[in-house]
Amino acid sequence: MLSFKLALRNLLGAGLRTWLNVVVLSFSFIIIIWTKGILEGWDRQAKADMIKWEIGGGQFWHVNYDPYDPLTLDESHDRIPAGLISSVQPPVPVLITQGTIYPGGRMLSVLVKGIPPEQKILALPTAKMVSADGEIAAIIGKAMAENAKLDTGDYVTLRWRDRNGTFDARELKITGIFDTNVPTVDVGQIWIPLAELQDMMLLPDEATLIVTPENAGPGEATEEWVFRDHEFLLADIESIIRAKGSVGIIVWLILLMMAMLAVFDTQVLSIFRRQKEIGTCVALGMTRGQVVKLFTMEGALHSVLAAIVGAIYGIPLLFLQSVRGIKIPLESSDFGLAMAEKLYPVYSAALVAGTILIVMIVTTIVSYWPSRKIAKLNPTEALRGRIQ
Amino acid sequence: MNNEPVIRIKDLKKHFPSGSGRFTALNGIDLLFSKGEFTGIIGPSGSGKTTLLNIIGTLDTPSEGEALILGRSAGSLSAKESAALRKSQLGFIFQTYNLFPVYTVFENVEFPLLLQGVESSQRRKMVLDALEWVGLTDKIRSRPAQLSGGESQRVAIARAMVKRPAIVLADEPTANLDAKNSHNILQTMEKLNRELRTTFIFATHDEKVIGYVRRKIFLFDGKVAGDEIINKN
Repeated sequence: MLSFKLALRNLLGAGLRTWLNVVVLSFSFIIIIWTKGILEGWDRQAKADMIKWEIGGGQFWHVNYDPYDPLTLDESHDRIPAGLISSVQPPVPVLITQGTIYPGGRMLSVLVKGIPPEQKILALPTAKMVSADGEIAAIIGKAMAENAKLDTGDYVTLRWRDRNGTFDARELKITGIFDTNVPTVDVGQIWIPLAELQDMMLLPDEATLIVTPENAGPGEATEEWVFRDHEFLLADIESIIRAKGSVGIIVWLILLMMAMLAVFDTQVLSIFRRQKEIGTCVALGMTRGQVVKLFTMEGALHSVLAAIVGAIYGIPLLFLQSVRGIKIPLESSDFGLAMAEKLYPVYSAALVAGTILIVMIVTTIVSYWPSRKIAKLNPTEALRGRIQ
Repeated sequence: MNNEPVIRIKDLKKHFPSGSGRFTALNGIDLLFSKGEFTGIIGPSGSGKTTLLNIIGTLDTPSEGEALILGRSAGSLSAKESAALRKSQLGFIFQTYNLFPVYTVFENVEFPLLLQGVESSQRRKMVLDALEWVGLTDKIRSRPAQLSGGESQRVAIARAMVKRPAIVLADEPTANLDAKNSHNILQTMEKLNRELRTTFIFATHDEKVIGYVRRKIFLFDGKVAGDEIINKN
């Protein structure tokens, strides 16, 4: 208690020198919390968008289906089993095949996905897949539209191979362009009515995967259909976020090191400049151990003051950002995972408390390190202010 | 005067390493200090005055011989014990005042009482009393940088006296002061010595200090060259 009282008195008495360190340290607090909050927000938002646009409550995959191996597509389809899940909302079967489109004389490889226009599980605007007789309506994502230079009302030729390997081609009419943060339903993909694709592929009533509604609970696997839950389907996004998180940790470490350098520098300078003061403390009855404790406490208190100062300007700032979001100027596809135009950082109590605790512990260690030198000082030399 | 001894020094030697050999700062000192003495240890630079004061103040230990401070052997005290002795019984006054620059006058004087764990209201009373002894009650909120040399030294005296120590050790207390301030400081200390019966030991070669002391111990090359009691009655 005495050390705390004296340390606080010393720090407040030092005025500007203390506050400069405190402000630098508080920046570190805020930036560390901010970067971690962004990653957390990004993580949550990306997962929520994936669920909303692509995953639903989980998917049954045909046993041969492997999204990373296009060669499996020819073999990964089967009749849609009846009663695969028990839910008020019917599941959404999706048939997938490879194809080529020729927009403006160019050739683009695409994944053609057939989905029932009346489906309600995914956020895809499948209701827009309506067209006049004989035309095949298609919807595409904004990124795909920009890449293929297609617009609503445009026609584009699609070439595909049916189940027998025979090439065929039809005109598609773009009846809708949707804006999504999820590149895996947008980039290089074209969505058409399921019945049309089944007809084109000569695969009546067949699908590659079946999207279940969110409240359906875990599905029961059959020999031909394997249930993929959220954990499985979101594994890629989690590993990408983890990879990006490691970059965040490097930034976090750099910031922490910069802040600790400021504390360490102050401590070294304090011990160097305050030799007489140290000697006087010993002469007045403090043990050298108590002086070490006092100096360590002074260093550690920087982080306490920084937490208070950081809270004063940081809480409103971070709260505002978490409500209003941060505009992300980058194209979502550049990141290879769902990234909204606006990110809403998530600052959990654990994140804030954890960061403060870690910074406080590290500050205390960094403060103690140079302070140990005091224990070796000769008080009679220190009293004269002689550098030792 | 009461002849109760507070310091007994017997065949005290202090060596410091110097190059490949050693330098003897104190060489067989025998002294006895009684309660309430107002003594000057006088000698040229390098005669061992400060070393003797440091050993009496338990900031340093004897190489040989014995120094009994209030019945405790300076050479055999642990760091904690010597700190406890300094905290409760010894006061220090330094040539360069050694005030804490970020503290106010009040806080500087309060410091030894904080170490002793004196209760807040009692502490305030004791600090104000000490500042009254040295005539600085109007400066309690000033910081050392705002004080003159004389005022700073008076704060240092108040800080040394606030805990009512048995012994006050003053190392060249007037070296940085002009004549007027020096006399002022010495008169203050003399008054405190008489009123509180605190033992004052000065290390000095200042003629002004020498004029005030009631006992002069002359040190030369680490040995006592003379010990003279002045009758001021």
